[in-house]
Amino acid sequence: MLWRYIFFRVLMLIPVSFSISVVIFMIVHLLPGDPIDNLIRVGSSPDDRAALITKYGLDQPLAIQYLRWIGAMFQGDFGEAIVLRRPVADLIAQNLPYSLALGGLAFAFSSIVGIILGTISATTRSKIVEQFMRGFILLGSTVPGFWLALLMILFFAVQLQWFPVSGAGGWSALVLPVLTIGFGGVALVARVTRVALLDVKREDFVMLLHAKGLPSYKILFGHLMPHALLPVVTILALRIGWILGGAVTVEFVFGRPGLGSLLIRALGQRDYPVVQGCLLMLALAVMLGTLIGDVAQAAMDPRIREAKT
Amino acid sequence: MLEVRDLEVAFGPVAPLSGVSFSLEKGETLGIVGESGSGKSLTAMSVMGLLPLSGGRITAGSIMFDGQDLTNLPEPAYRKLRGGRLGLITQNPMTSLDPLQKIGPQVDAVARLHLGMNASEARARTVEILGTLRIPEPGTICNRYPHQMSGGMKQRIVIAMALAADPDVLVADEPTTALDVTVQAQIIRLLDDLVKERDLSLVLITHDMSVVAQTCDKVVVMYAGRAIEHGPVEAIFDAPQHPYTQALIGCIPKGLSDDEHLTGIPGTVPNVLNYPKGCPFHPRCTQAKEICATDVPAFVQHGNGQAACHFPGAPQ
Repeated sequence: MLWRYIFFRVLMLIPVSFSISVVIFMIVHLLPGDPIDNLIRVGSSPDDRAALITKYGLDQPLAIQYLRWIGAMFQGDFGEAIVLRRPVADLIAQNLPYSLALGGLAFAFSSIVGIILGTISATTRSKIVEQFMRGFILLGSTVPGFWLALLMILFFAVQLQWFPVSGAGGWSALVLPVLTIGFGGVALVARVTRVALLDVKREDFVMLLHAKGLPSYKILFGHLMPHALLPVVTILALRIGWILGGAVTVEFVFGRPGLGSLLIRALGQRDYPVVQGCLLMLALAVMLGTLIGDVAQAAMDPRIREAKT
Repeated sequence: MLEVRDLEVAFGPVAPLSGVSFSLEKGETLGIVGESGSGKSLTAMSVMGLLPLSGGRITAGSIMFDGQDLTNLPEPAYRKLRGGRLGLITQNPMTSLDPLQKIGPQVDAVARLHLGMNASEARARTVEILGTLRIPEPGTICNRYPHQMSGGMKQRIVIAMALAADPDVLVADEPTTALDVTVQAQIIRLLDDLVKERDLSLVLITHDMSVVAQTCDKVVVMYAGRAIEHGPVEAIFDAPQHPYTQALIGCIPKGLSDDEHLTGIPGTVPNVLNYPKGCPFHPRCTQAKEICATDVPAFVQHGNGQAACHFPGAPQ
């Protein structure tokens, strides 16, 4: 039943990725400004211009251009960066590991710590602990990342000198950015976990679990958590896409390379092949994230497994 | 077996239940009747020790079960009783089972917990119990999820969970309210058979007087968080003393003639926050006199039963 669900879910990705690729392809044509204007040297003749247009195939019908572009993509050819004059695939390959390391660690950190904190805040009988958690969750969801990043640098890097101020050299350079991004994630995940747990606790079947004489910890881990994790999985799935592109401001403050920074720079320079390549990667990450999230939910909830097949 | 004395329950400053007493012997069925909001379910929760879940607590009275007072029983000991010697059947089978778990493990849990069985022994017992509850193909049912089953079937599963550890007392809180009429009769008959076969004591909470008449030995009539009349079923039905009991019995359709109109009781059950002074029923009572609005009536013996009314047995 689960395999059937996965099959149909993956099948649905085909129209989705087609639409996304069309949108990304059209960006070049829809954004104001002619990319050729950026390419051409000042004072070139109209013949030079025509040659460039032919070189990039911009004189072909849109459909042909699209097919060429997508065909090249499938062969791993993302085109060449106009400003940096290097293959886009190389640029992405160079920046991707930094994004994956930062985003992946921050994701793991916020999932694990967030679920634990959310569970504690929903189950504790201590008013002080609960108040503290609520304060933390409020703070974590409202403090902007770039500001927290600056505070972190000021305290841990400048004052205490535990970690480097900026750069991407080695593991120690990862600690502050991961904490910065993770902080907001922890708060979000903790909040969702907490609310979901408090919701399930009120369900009728939980009363019957108590009536069966099950000890509280068995009810929590055997029954409440699987329910509470359903919405948490949804949130986390959305954040998988975030891993690659969500860290732009934090990357900027810490002076780290990454896909987010690459995209922002390319946008500023109207370097469309790079923009397209980056967007495609981000879109891919978001699609993969929602796919993983949906499949995880289906694996956890039999009602979802059956509803969609 | 089970004896409740002057039970009083409070949620913070509010006391929605007070002065509830009844007793139950082995093999007996006790009916607790009353309209919604009369405190029937609270009584069930008190006996099961589940009040703290909703923030309530027992402030007075005692619940004696097999010689020990449950009101001051520590939670670990209570947990052994719950699902073990005390079984609970809840009102709404649609929401009483964990939707993410297969039926099998949910029933198995009881035998594993209370009878110390391993997984395969517990499963064998589950299949056996499901069989005695006339559930077809109990083996396959174990691998089903709750949403794949009908309400009546789910209620049988809930009953199976309550029975898995061979309890002495079964508390059934409106076990048929959420079911189709045809299924209601089946479930009631099933419970009745179980009481006879297993020598169970059953506390049957219902708002249906006709169910009480069919299955119960004794009955407690509740109104606004108080027991207002109790006694053997025959006595109560033959000569109801409290006007409320009379009205409830008057509500049972006879089904004899075409021009019979369904009767109800005018007015509604008072809100917990402003229970009336004196007799709680006096605002709706056709027999009410001045004293009813000021003094809480004491129980008056009548035959084997008792009724809390200033003018018991007044003409209907």
